[in-house]
Amino acid sequence: MLKVIRMKVNGSLKELAVDERESLLNTLRTRLGLTSVKMGCEVGECGACTVLVDGEAVDSCIYLTVWADGKSVLTVEGLKKNTGELSRIQQIFVDEAAVQCGFCTPGLIMSAVEIVGEKKSYTRDELRRKISGHLCRCTGYENILNAMERVVKEVSDKEIPV
Amino acid sequence: MFDIKNYTEAYTLPEALEALRADEDAIVVCGGTDVLIRMREGKDAGKSLVSVRNIPELQGVRRLKNGDIEIGAAQTFRRLTADPVIRKYIPMLGEAVDTVGGPQTRAAGTIGGNICNGATSADSAATLLTLNAQVILAGEGGTRAVPIGEFYTGPGSTVRERTEVCTGFRIKRSDYDGFAGHYTKYGKRSAMEIATLGCAVRVKLSADKASFKEVRLAYAVAAPTPVRCPKAEAVLKNRRIDDDAAAQQFALTALTEVNPRSSWRASREFRMQLIRELALRTLKEAVEKARV
Repeated sequence: MLKVIRMKVNGSLKELAVDERESLLNTLRTRLGLTSVKMGCEVGECGACTVLVDGEAVDSCIYLTVWADGKSVLTVEGLKKNTGELSRIQQIFVDEAAVQCGFCTPGLIMSAVEIVGEKKSYTRDELRRKISGHLCRCTGYENILNAMERVVKEVSDKEIPV
Repeated sequence: MFDIKNYTEAYTLPEALEALRADEDAIVVCGGTDVLIRMREGKDAGKSLVSVRNIPELQGVRRLKNGDIEIGAAQTFRRLTADPVIRKYIPMLGEAVDTVGGPQTRAAGTIGGNICNGATSADSAATLLTLNAQVILAGEGGTRAVPIGEFYTGPGSTVRERTEVCTGFRIKRSDYDGFAGHYTKYGKRSAMEIATLGCAVRVKLSADKASFKEVRLAYAVAAPTPVRCPKAEAVLKNRRIDDDAAAQQFALTALTEVNPRSSWRASREFRMQLIRELALRTLKEAVEKARV
């Protein structure tokens, strides 16, 4: 059955008729065209579909869209600056060569945004644990951790869109 | 698209109970980290879902005037770990649920779901057993409190009726006050893992911190259901904390109270070895925490 929900997506309020059976992953990709959100394992293990719901990173593949009613959702599309340039978090991932095939990258970037929002500093081991909900089959994680360390050090939570 | 017959968002407990009664294919969903996956795999395909995630009674953690602690069933693992009451009075429970899956799973999954799905591997179960937690179930005839030791009836099955909603857990002050404890999760990976074995030990030391007043021991994946080991616990009562022979006897006795199986994760033999070894290691950690 269709249900009308209201949610803020990347800063703008959307009123959408969605099927009660659909995942947030499907809504974001197919109804809103936000294809940074990747369809990976679809069972909440790989983290490729990670988005922020009210600032908290969740796997959108096992999150029903109707649960986001009244909430605020952020994807990588919501990070770019008004000029169309990459956000600093994204640029750091590029600079540190933390990206190879790129499939896990949007999810990892969203976890990086969540971590910056926590306004705390973390050791490399703590960061390793914080990104443990993401699978990357290319990089071996070292460059991703290099990027995460820089993100935590250099990016302020004021740079993150709400 | 998930294969859901009907979806009901319940905003009150009576609404949820009515929806469960009205449709015999209806099951409860909260965080979705188990239920939606089971649906996708076909195990619960075609069922109706009654969501309890927006029911106020199922939220939060409360410490009552008498010191008892009530934990709402819809509390996510992450919020439980961060909760000030849990951090102050039962930090072990917050640490135990912080071993579930990964950060995204912990942001969605709930303690109510962890217990109600009946899995022997539930990371909160062994700790709740050592806390003598009561499972609060709301149903047509009112509310009942079931000791968690009587809650599980077999692999994946519990005493909860399909038409009942678990609203939360109650832990008596006398069951946490003065205790310290530790949960060890053994798995091949340190994240995104289901326990090969889980061991929870809580200890209450004498005033001089030289001997045990009380010890509690429980396991995950050591039997078809999470299991408490009262005979092993009795071995250490009033014994000195540096009595190595007593500790060995404690671990050996635990082996008589478990019944692990062989699965693709580990053989029965390996689990028996883990049960003995983790009893010792977890006891040591619990004692160290109690002595601080």
